[in-house]
This record gives sequence, structure tokens and C-alpha cells, in this order.
Amino acid sequence: MADTQLLTAPVSELRQLLSDRAISSVELTRAFLRQIELCNPLLNAVVTICEDHALKQAALADKQLATGEIAPLTGVPLLHKDIFCTHGIRTTCGSRMLAEFTPAYDATVVSKLQSAGAVTLGKCNMDEFAMGSSNETSFFGTVKNPWDLNCVPGGSSGGSAAAVAAGMAPLATGTDTGGSIRQPASLCGITGLKPTYGRVSRLGIIAFASSLDQAGPMARTAEDCALGLTVMAGVDGGDSTSADKPVPDFHGALSTDIQGLRIGLPKQFFNDDLDDQVRARVLEALAELERAGATLVEIDLPHSHYAIATYYVIAPAEASANLARYDGVRFGYRCDDPKDLEDLYLRSRSEGFGEEVQRRILVGTYALSAGFYDAYFNKAQQVRRVITEDFHRAFEQVDVIAGPSAPGVAFPFGAKQQDPIAMYMEDIYTLAVNLAGLPGLSTPAGFINGMPVGLQLIGRPFDEQTILNAAHRLQTDTDWHQSHPSLGDLAS
Amino acid sequence: MNWEIVMGLEVHLQLATQSKIFSGSSTQFGASPNEQADAVDLGMPGMLPVLNEEAVRYAVKFGLGIGARIGERSVFDRKNYFYPDLPKGYQVSQFFAPIVCEGIFEVPLEDGTLFPIRITRAHLEEDAGKSVHDIFTHETGIDLNRAGTPLLEIVTEPDFRSADQAVAYLKTLHSLVTYLGISDGNMAEGSMRCDINISLRKKGSETLGTRTEIKNVNSFRFVERAIYSEYERQADILENGGTITQETRLYDAEQNVTRSMRSKEVANDYRYFPEPDLLPIVIDEAYIEAVRATLPELPGAKRQRFIESYGLNDYDAALLVPHHDMADYFEAVVKACDAAKPAANWILGDLSGALNRNEVSISESPITAERLAGLITRIEDGTLSSKLAKQVFDAMWDGEGDADDIIAARGLRQVNDSGALEAMVDEVIANSPDQVAQYRAADEAKRKKLSGFFVGQIMKASQGQANPQILNALLLKKLNDQS
Repeated sequence: MADTQLLTAPVSELRQLLSDRAISSVELTRAFLRQIELCNPLLNAVVTICEDHALKQAALADKQLATGEIAPLTGVPLLHKDIFCTHGIRTTCGSRMLAEFTPAYDATVVSKLQSAGAVTLGKCNMDEFAMGSSNETSFFGTVKNPWDLNCVPGGSSGGSAAAVAAGMAPLATGTDTGGSIRQPASLCGITGLKPTYGRVSRLGIIAFASSLDQAGPMARTAEDCALGLTVMAGVDGGDSTSADKPVPDFHGALSTDIQGLRIGLPKQFFNDDLDDQVRARVLEALAELERAGATLVEIDLPHSHYAIATYYVIAPAEASANLARYDGVRFGYRCDDPKDLEDLYLRSRSEGFGEEVQRRILVGTYALSAGFYDAYFNKAQQVRRVITEDFHRAFEQVDVIAGPSAPGVAFPFGAKQQDPIAMYMEDIYTLAVNLAGLPGLSTPAGFINGMPVGLQLIGRPFDEQTILNAAHRLQTDTDWHQSHPSLGDLAS
Repeated sequence: MNWEIVMGLEVHLQLATQSKIFSGSSTQFGASPNEQADAVDLGMPGMLPVLNEEAVRYAVKFGLGIGARIGERSVFDRKNYFYPDLPKGYQVSQFFAPIVCEGIFEVPLEDGTLFPIRITRAHLEEDAGKSVHDIFTHETGIDLNRAGTPLLEIVTEPDFRSADQAVAYLKTLHSLVTYLGISDGNMAEGSMRCDINISLRKKGSETLGTRTEIKNVNSFRFVERAIYSEYERQADILENGGTITQETRLYDAEQNVTRSMRSKEVANDYRYFPEPDLLPIVIDEAYIEAVRATLPELPGAKRQRFIESYGLNDYDAALLVPHHDMADYFEAVVKACDAAKPAANWILGDLSGALNRNEVSISESPITAERLAGLITRIEDGTLSSKLAKQVFDAMWDGEGDADDIIAARGLRQVNDSGALEAMVDEVIANSPDQVAQYRAADEAKRKKLSGFFVGQIMKASQGQANPQILNALLLKKLNDQS
């Protein structure tokens, strides 16, 4: 099998090759490590490469494959977003604050994937503390979009998305607080799933906004996302907000039968603000689903225009507290020669955090301050409930809600960096899904001038299966998800 | 003085759970610094709190113990401030919806009356760590062993008008929580710490004056002294036409004064908001009833029962009941000797004295309840005079066996035989003609005094074993008869 074919093969195929012993996990791991070595100087998608660790895990996987003890992902290499704590492997969260932080514990997601036999290749670049939509806030430099090296990959899971698109790994983990899996998946032409809030344990994931953060898989196909989610999901005694719901075998239950599926198109997503070309691509993809037996229905999400304002109160407020622990006292960055305690706090945090993180801490602190709490935080909580009720009402009518994943395709570096509001608009179609705690995914829906566009599918709480089935059907009938950037051009 | 003192108290009670409120670390006191702090307690990235159900149960026990309403849905909040011994940069507490809501707590005063205190609320929270300033020069050490220890903060309305009331409340509270078994109540180790909100107003005034808060007072005596000293300070300012600054103060026990803490601390905006890492605590009737079923007899009910079924007075009951072990000891003694009043007297008198002198608790008393009951039995049946009883008591304390062993070994049996006593009386009278003459010449009042000489002589002759009642009767008869 040619290199490119191997590097762009979905996990479902690689599993087959491994269990047929057509390739060993060590060979596969070496192939991806080599691809990382070749492409990363250009793309900067990976901040830590764990070659020895990966090869050890791969050798172990090969032993298990030889004895037939095969777990769902035995021998399959993957990358973790650098927000997941990895025991003995540096975990930076894209920040100078944690540039030298090595946890003594694994995130639940990491240990679950490891128990399922996956091989950890390394850690992916990301926006600092997952705050950003372009990967430009990372302390470790920007990630380049493999489809156009002058463009951003999206964010905050931009490293994970770019790495999968560039064949550096067949599967990567991401987290999504306001669109951080779906928007970069859309901009890099891959499939990314944000599960229902509570579906996947948050233990060991460095917190941004606790009531919104959720981890999920990023891969080439919906089928691979189903495989990844089945392993990642499940209640965790260590995370009180993880849901005690049975985890179905999303992969085993995957179906292409979407006959009678009712798909709602919120008129607020398809109004005049939507870019015409994005609208055209999204509607073409939806037409495919219609041909496969689904019906399209216009629906109303009357309060969706409040989502950005609501999100940018709640998320920074929670972040302002979550990031208070980085004070230079116990771990992480500490300024040189602090004069006194206040100087230690002030300089460690001013030097350790980047501009966007500081902006959000300030916004969040303000929103919680005496005299402003009711007007901002409390009001935002109320609106959050109203937005959630909109979705629940809509789901009485339809099974899936669809729209664009992002307002446009990948944009050039610097285009939105000076204008925070323009950057925040990148998540206009994804934020409300986090506020309502719903599952959502982005699946490739064609191209505009050679740059990928994503279709977003939103499901009922804990009904990831239905949106995975719809995406799977779309990927059965179309080949957008099979396109990939020319890997040869990415090698430095 | 024309000032009335108005106070409300906040007590931080350390709950005696095995592990911390949000982590599996031990809460044992006295470990080496940071030995009992895990990744959660250290606030490491990605770590999450998991609520310890035992802490919830203890809080509900407390609520039921004071007859307060239990919040059916209580919520944790984050209290945000920076301090080196606060690892996460916020303390998880309950601000908007506490687990224990309003209630009335009845405090017995020394005169036997009950003084009702309105409890505003009691909420769960985690303790912070400790900054250690006296180990390293120019540097401060941080010990996070205490970080995450469960606390119940119990807040009252401003219902106290005197230091005595405040101390009586704290003692009653201390008794209740040890009865409930929810705290060891060890004040020296910080298991019960008190903040005192205190203001003065003109007697008869209905409006509250500006208050100060005295933080972290950790003994009953210091509470009393801190109140007096703050009262004096405020009264002094007010008498001189000054105004009180609302601020937090610390009590300096060595100088017996309160001192202002940095005013910055007062200006803190804690930016409370609901803790998104924890679910609300939902408590239903079934849970409450299950906890209620585990409640022991509480001090109030026990005091009543001691008065009614043992015939004790208020005073004795009030002294026996507060300490669970003492109340149990008392009941064990009474069960074995069926003499409640003497049992109370011995426990509150000689036994408490000996325990205090030797600094041992009643549960470690070298004299078991059964042995004390044995002693009382021998007093009740006339074998021992009270004087002999004290000797036997001392011997029991020294581990010489039970009362009967000691009586036998030392031949301490009281002489009740009137024939033998009569002989002794006759002998003393015969040998003391001057004293007899003096006695017989004296009037009634003087005679009483003079008879002591004869009693002393006979006691000496009998080595203290003469039954004093019989002896007295005989002696008076003989002295008076021949006059």
C-alpha cells in the first residue's frame, strides 16, 4: 500500500489491516511518526512528539494482535490535543504558563483510549487554554492549514484538525467549549464530533469553562468518530457532571438508513447573514440527505442571536475562576525574583498568560463583580435556559438540526486577530449547541475555491447515534471527506 | 454603662469525616506538611471535586439536631480570592442556597432557663491550607494538609447581648456536635473556630450600630475575653464621640486586645457564582428520615430525662450532660448502685477533681463506673463513712482494686457497734474532766463547738472508723445526761 493511501486511510481500515496482520502497529506508528517529522516543521500541528513512548505502546499492541487479544483500537496511532493531561508527558495547554508542566496522572479519556489499545504519537498544538478560533493564540506558534499554508486551521483544536487532515494521525482528540472541535474540523475538511455535555468525562482535561467543555473525537469519517466516541464515553466517578447513561456501541449501531429522518433548518442559520457560497454547499449536502430519504423542515430558534453574548459572559466567568490556580505558587510559570506576593501574582500571570486569555479573565472577572452579577452572569444564565428550551421545542418537530459549522472557510493569518468580535463570530453557529449541552458534529460538505466547508448536524441530548448515522450516510453517498491536501507538498 | 452589646456568631466547625470533602485524602491531624494533599487538594490542572457523602450526612444531622429546615436543593458556589494557601484561587462554599436553613437553637443558661438563638443558616465548605511563617527565614511555607477539610459554617442572627450568652451558646453547640459525632470539637486543633460580629448601641435603641468582626477565636475563654476587650474599645470610641469602622479584627490573647486586620481584606469582592464542577445536593424526605433514625439522644432531651428519671437538679444535670462520656459514665454508675444523687456528687466532685488534676478524660478514668458504684454502695449501706470513702476512693485511683478489696485489705470497716462506741465515749469523758466541765458550763451555742473536741478524740482512737452519726448521738446523750 502506498504511503499516502495508508496515511489517509480511516481508522476502520487500519484496524482491519492490523487484525489481518497485513501491517504491524510498529510499522504503522513509524509511518505516522515519519509523516509528523516531515510535515510538522511546516504545519506546527504537534507540540510534543512521543516517539519512544509510541513505539513501546505499538510493540505491546503487536503482541496483543499476535495473540488475538484485540481491543477496539489496538495498535491504532492517535494524537491528543495538548489539553488532555498525560502521565509523564508534558501537557502545555498551548500556554507559556504550562510550557514545562508534566502531569502525574492521565485524563480519563487518555486512559480509556490507552486501555482500548491506542498508541499515543504526541500532543497537538491548540489555542492557549482553548481560547481562540484560529490557533493564533498558542504560545507555541500558529498552526497552518494543510489546505492553504497562508490560512488558519481554525481553533481551538486546530492542531488536531490540521494533523488529521495532513495524514499525521488517523484520529485525534479535541475539546469543544464553543465550537473548538466542529469549526476546525470544518476548516480542515475532516469530521469532528462534540458529544452531549456529560457524555465524556472531563477529569484530567484542563478546564476552560466547566459547564461547556466537552471532549470528542476528530477523524476522517463519521464511522471513525463513532469508534472513538464508543471508547471515550461513559460515566466517571471522578467527574460529578459526567452522565450515568448507558453507552451504546455507536460503531456497531451505525446505519445508513435515514429514511424518514426529519432535519430542521433553523431560519436564523440560513438568513441573509450567511455567506452565499457556504449556503450553497450546505444546501447541496442537505439535498443529498434528502435524496437518501430525509425530509427538510424549516424551524425557528428565536433566541439564537443571543448565543454569542450569552456565551461570552458565561465562558469567561467560569474561566476567570478556573484559571486562578495558575498563580506561580505550586506549579507552572513563575516570574523571576518576585518582590512580594502581589508581584509574584501579577508578573507570573501577566507573563505566563497571553493576550486573549488575559482578556477573557478580565471579562469574566468583571461579569461576576459585585453590582454586575445580576446584569451579566445571572442574566446570561437565564438566557442560556431560554436558548436550551428553543432547541428542546424544535426537537419535538425534528430529529436533527442542521446548519453550517462555520460562517466561512479558513481565513488568512491575522485577518481577525485584531478584532476579537470578528473572531468570536467564527463560532456563531456552534456556541448555542454548547450552551444547550447538545451533541453536534461537523462533516465535510464540499469546497469553496479549494477550501473545505463543513455541515453541522445537531442532535437531541445523548442521541449522538442519529447525527453519526446521518453523517455516515452522507459520507457513503459523497466523497468530500475523502479529499485531502497533497501530502507531498506538506513535507519540508 | 449605657451601651448594649449586640452580637452574632459564625462558627467554623470541622466535620470529623474520614476523608476530605472533595478528595480521597485523609483528614487526620498532625501529619507532615503536604503529606495529606493529593492532586485535587493541590488544585492541579484538570482535577475535579467529588463530593464526600459523609459530609452531607453530617450537615443534615446537624440541621436535624438543631431542628432547622434542611435545604431540599443546596448548591455549591465558588468564592474567589487569591491567597497562597488557597490552591485553586477559589474556595468551594455554599453562598446562595445552604444545606441547613433557618432554625431555633435553645441554649440552657446557668439559671436553668432556655435562651433561644435564631440560626440563620449552616453551609458546607472546604477549608484552606495553612501558611507557615516561622520555619523559613524570608520565605513562607505552605501546608495544604488542611486544604479540603470539610467545614460546616454555622451562622446566627445578632441575638446575643452578653459574653455569657455567647459562651453558653458555644458550649451548648460544642456539646451538640460531639453528641452527634460530627466533629471532635477539639478547639486547640482548630476543629471549632468562632468569628464574632459585634456592635454597640445605646440601651433602648432599636437600630444596630456599626459592627466589627473578630476572626478565628479558638477557645471559650478567649471568646469571652475578646468580647470584653472589643466592648471596651468600641465603648471608648463611642463615648468620645467617635465612629466605629466596619472591619475585620484579630484577637491577640497575649495582650488581650483586638487588632485591625489589613483593610484590603475587608474590601474583597468574592465574585460568588455556582460551582459548575458539582451538581446540586438534592435531599428528599426519605434521606432526612433515614438520617433522623440515626440520631442519638441529644443533650436537651438527656438533661430533661436526668432531671425527671433520676431526680437530679438543673445544676447537676447541666454539668453532667454536656460531655457525652460523662453522661454515659453517670448512667453506668447509677445502673450499678441505684443512687443517682450520690453518683452525681462523686462524679462532679472527687472524680472530676482527680481527672482534672491528672489531666485524664473520664473515658480513661482509672476508676471505672462499676468501681465507683461499688464505693457508693458501701457508703449507702453504712459500711463506709464519707471520710473512709475518700480513703477508699484514693486507693481505687491508685489501682488497689475495688472498694470491697480495699476495705478488707485496710480494715477500713466503719464501727457501727454502739457497745464498742459507748466504751470509747466513756473513756474519753473519763480522761477529760476539764473539757467535760467546760462543756457542761457552756450554753447551747458554745456546746456545739466544744463537742468537736470529743468527736476528734474518739475518731483518733477509732482510727477514723467510728460511725459519726451513732457516735454523735451517744456522745451528746452522755455529756448532756450527767449535767
